[in-house]
Amino acid sequence: MANSDCILIQGSNMAECHPVAFQWVVEAKQRGAKVIHVDPRFTRTSALADLHVPLRAGTDIVFLGAIVNHVLENERWFRDYVVRYTNAAVIISEDFADTEDLDGLFSGFDPEQGTYDDTSWQYAGAGDGGHAEGEHESETGQHFGALGAPTGVAEPPEQDETLQHPRCVFQLLRRHFRRYTPELVERVCGVPASQFLQVAELLCENSGRERTTSFAYAVGWTQHSVGAQYIRTAAILQLLLGNIGRPGGGIMALRGHASIQGSTDIPTLYNLLPGYIPMAHAEGYPDLATYIEQHTKKGGFWGHMDTYLISLLKAWWGEKATADNDWCYDYLPRISGDHSTYRTAMDMLDGKVRGFFLLGENPAVGSANARLHRLAMAKLDWLVVRDLVEIESASFWRDGPEIETGELRTEDIATEVFLLPAASHVEKEGSFTNTQRLLQWREKALDPKGDCRSELWFMYHLGGIIRERLAASDDPKDRPVLDLTWDYPTSGPHADPDAEAVLREINGWGPDGRALSAFTELKADGSTVCGCWIYCGCYAGEVNQVARRKPRDQQSWVAPEWGWAWPANRRILYNRASADPDGRPWSERKRYVWWDEQAGEWTGEDVPDFPRTKPPHYQPPEGATAEDANRGDEPFIMQVDGRGALFVPSGLQDGPFPAHYEPRETPFTNPLYGQQQNPTRQEYGRPGNRYHPRPGDPEADTYPYVFTTYRLTEHHTAGGMSRFQPYLAELQPEMFCEVSPALAAERGLVHGGWATIVTARAAIEARVLVTDRIRPLTVEGRTVHQVGLPYHWGSRGLATGDAANDLLSIVLDPNVHIQEAKAATCDIRPGRRPRGAALPKLVAQYRMRAGLEADADEG
Amino acid sequence: MKVDLPTPTFGGGYDGQAGPRMGFFTDTSICIGCKACEVACKEWNLVPQDGPLRLTGDSYDNTGALGASTWRHVAFVEQQRGDEGLRWLMSSDVCKHCSSAACLEVCPTGALFRTEFGTVVVQPDICNGCGYCVPACPFGVIDRREEDGRAFKCTLCYDRLRDGLEPACAKACPTDSIQFGELDELRGRAERRVATLRGAGVGEARLYLEDEADGIGGAGAFFLLLDEPEVYGFPPDPVSTTRDLPRLWRAAALAAGTLLAAVATAFVGQRR
Repeated sequence: MANSDCILIQGSNMAECHPVAFQWVVEAKQRGAKVIHVDPRFTRTSALADLHVPLRAGTDIVFLGAIVNHVLENERWFRDYVVRYTNAAVIISEDFADTEDLDGLFSGFDPEQGTYDDTSWQYAGAGDGGHAEGEHESETGQHFGALGAPTGVAEPPEQDETLQHPRCVFQLLRRHFRRYTPELVERVCGVPASQFLQVAELLCENSGRERTTSFAYAVGWTQHSVGAQYIRTAAILQLLLGNIGRPGGGIMALRGHASIQGSTDIPTLYNLLPGYIPMAHAEGYPDLATYIEQHTKKGGFWGHMDTYLISLLKAWWGEKATADNDWCYDYLPRISGDHSTYRTAMDMLDGKVRGFFLLGENPAVGSANARLHRLAMAKLDWLVVRDLVEIESASFWRDGPEIETGELRTEDIATEVFLLPAASHVEKEGSFTNTQRLLQWREKALDPKGDCRSELWFMYHLGGIIRERLAASDDPKDRPVLDLTWDYPTSGPHADPDAEAVLREINGWGPDGRALSAFTELKADGSTVCGCWIYCGCYAGEVNQVARRKPRDQQSWVAPEWGWAWPANRRILYNRASADPDGRPWSERKRYVWWDEQAGEWTGEDVPDFPRTKPPHYQPPEGATAEDANRGDEPFIMQVDGRGALFVPSGLQDGPFPAHYEPRETPFTNPLYGQQQNPTRQEYGRPGNRYHPRPGDPEADTYPYVFTTYRLTEHHTAGGMSRFQPYLAELQPEMFCEVSPALAAERGLVHGGWATIVTARAAIEARVLVTDRIRPLTVEGRTVHQVGLPYHWGSRGLATGDAANDLLSIVLDPNVHIQEAKAATCDIRPGRRPRGAALPKLVAQYRMRAGLEADADEG
Repeated sequence: MKVDLPTPTFGGGYDGQAGPRMGFFTDTSICIGCKACEVACKEWNLVPQDGPLRLTGDSYDNTGALGASTWRHVAFVEQQRGDEGLRWLMSSDVCKHCSSAACLEVCPTGALFRTEFGTVVVQPDICNGCGYCVPACPFGVIDRREEDGRAFKCTLCYDRLRDGLEPACAKACPTDSIQFGELDELRGRAERRVATLRGAGVGEARLYLEDEADGIGGAGAFFLLLDEPEVYGFPPDPVSTTRDLPRLWRAAALAAGTLLAAVATAFVGQRR
């Protein structure tokens, strides 16, 4: 980012939430880069930006889509890059119909299921896109990892490199976004057309051969019922401008915690195995051969699924995994549907979940509709909480808000809660994987006190105890646990497992027992072991590469010897795109990786993200597979066709192109389509999770204001690590809401006084900050007021306050099941909220006024 | 104008053994108001929580001011500037470690002293809590801790400096808004930064307390500001409270002498 000429930060408050990473924005700015911040609020990020553009929460696709349109209609796109490196020229099936044709739906929609069949989205001539017989997953969208759906483009697709064919991606894209105009941005986002054009021009001026623009986003983009498509719009834009795979380009997905990237790489997600290998579904994948066949792509590096998966199975089941037993493929758990966090909470409420582990998570404060999570946990038999302090999720049964209102009584809650003290990050060794896929090793600074233990210690010894208990079992269902390789060396008085030994297993080893140095060495014959194929090489040469800390002034500007980046220590992904189709840098100023004709290999500042000796003019021979099936000028080596996807034929649940849908709760109707909301969003309409009336309904103005939730620098997410610390608690000591002077006048809110914020789910109180940093916007000719709510507080700790997340409904993006936390509606009134039983009564009165279905307990 | 200082400044007491004078340059144009400096300072120096947990309503500043239990303070200034729109200034304040340090000069016990780094430090084992230093400081930095009685302020991490480390606040600052180093070098860097900013159209960029000819003889901690010092809560033209003491004493002595003479004259006049 420090090498960017322009940085667009949107859907992120980078300076506040990622202050350490923000140093690179500051560095770029000091070198002359323009910094733009597009956000409903004027934040500490806006304060450092050259330009702050306030927009209505939940309208980013209109804003970005209009830039796409601007780039296309004004011929500002990077032609050589787009024609060769993206799928712009590919011709799409004649069965495809766009949102422009179907008033907001794409072809293939099933209104009963609320899902799409993507057959009509395929490349022309690709048939059904390689869908397997009896395949269930594409309907429910549970199993897609980074590789998307199991498409198999057997032959080079039909193309028109002149980009004139009416069904080529480029023309479809142009038509799709044609109505996304500066005037529409003004109407929908509340951003003046002139300001919008200023942003669009800054991006265009700072893209091309000589210059690059980077984007940064965070949960301000993801936490919407159409969140994944926000990022898709940015991806389309960056591909059109030629800003992917180049220094100072890219899209930075800022992660919210120290190793959230790590927890998707070595996943804590229910539908992924390490390295984005899809978890197998219970139906349709009876044996390893079927799984491998379905998940092996015909081009690109997903063509080696067998080597990745079998090496993983060998890492987990060692000698027990043999060719005869499918390398223990049957030991892998199967998924049967959505098992994500919100689905699980709903099942908990319905009494379908008996036990729950919470490790470093505080859903009683941090999850959308936090009240429902507290009620859900009260239905469990047992709950294990591992945290630094007694967080609200561990104490809800005796001092939660529902005890005060009388909705729950301690003596009625049967949940047995085990609170186990955790070691902090300075009390254990291990690695963090950051936003840039950089693994960095952490030493232990001191021993944890008392009974505090690391997660590694907890999981390892819990596993050991379970294995002991099961040792005598002859039940086949216990074999996967009993046959695991579970033998990390331990040391010290508490038998702490050796974290480096775990890292070494993740890296993997070959038949000689020596650490592997690259995932290209993995084999499908059971001779290699690797716990996560994309991390292979992090322990190359039997050295912990992750622990490298060579200072930046002692190495090249790319700093390859600081930590280790997956895959293969590449610092910029798809960096073949930093060279032109002939393998020459696009410009001297932006040279990064190029083809050395004499040496016959790719070289440059970084590790080339391309087969090292594949020449730029390589043409795949007949019958070539995996990366050999891609040409020498196709840089996107994880894609089956080696091209950046302007159009996504499969892998997304809600369409091959992004389209603007209004948030679930909004004061406005969708100006673009008859389809108001994302048609594939996930809803849980049930007591405790009622949704507000739709705009236009007579009662819609019961909740007239837009609100958005967010974090502050001074606290950490749900507060477990900050509200209990005096040095942090004193910096932001009380829950507050931020409102504009105009809204304060309209509702009689007093600066420094109290306000009550009400939705159909909850009412909370907050101190009032009246500030010009929140600006009313003019949308569709009306004034829209936005209320800002930080969400860090809960009932415990030194700094206490109501939890903003109690206000939210649970409505989810269909691709990743993330909650819509960034745009919803509410009412706000002066004064503190009622206490005791009067509180749920107030919320119920509002629901009644809004004409919503009564909850069961409302009689 | 060179101020005639009543006490020796840096180097005077070290017989040439002192190293170069060290200090802070705080470039507020790149401060993101994260308050990492406040937290790092408290963590390293074991400074306690400062007062009750209450929202001040003063933008994002819930710290308020420097004091005995706050050695770094980040100010937040929200400005509505008409056509230019909204501006949110942030600035991390700290003890200035003045060349002419009145706190040190008035300290009767010698608890306050000038270190070999040119910084001004209170020795808590010598401080008797008399509090003379408190009104002496022209910036309102040093203060007594109520429950303890003694005076406390920024030490510029004297212990870290002696171990060759930079102060905790500078170490923690993610954007290098707080820069630590040899004062002479920092002054040069600051001047270049102001020139760069002005060249980029930020005409209001200026340095504060870098001038040795000012009322405190220049500070060991100086700032790059984007507005008048008053906007950030800084005194625009601070003067060491001891600067005029000799002149005041001379005037007082003269007045006393005159009075004495007059009285004497009166008595002499009576003696007839």
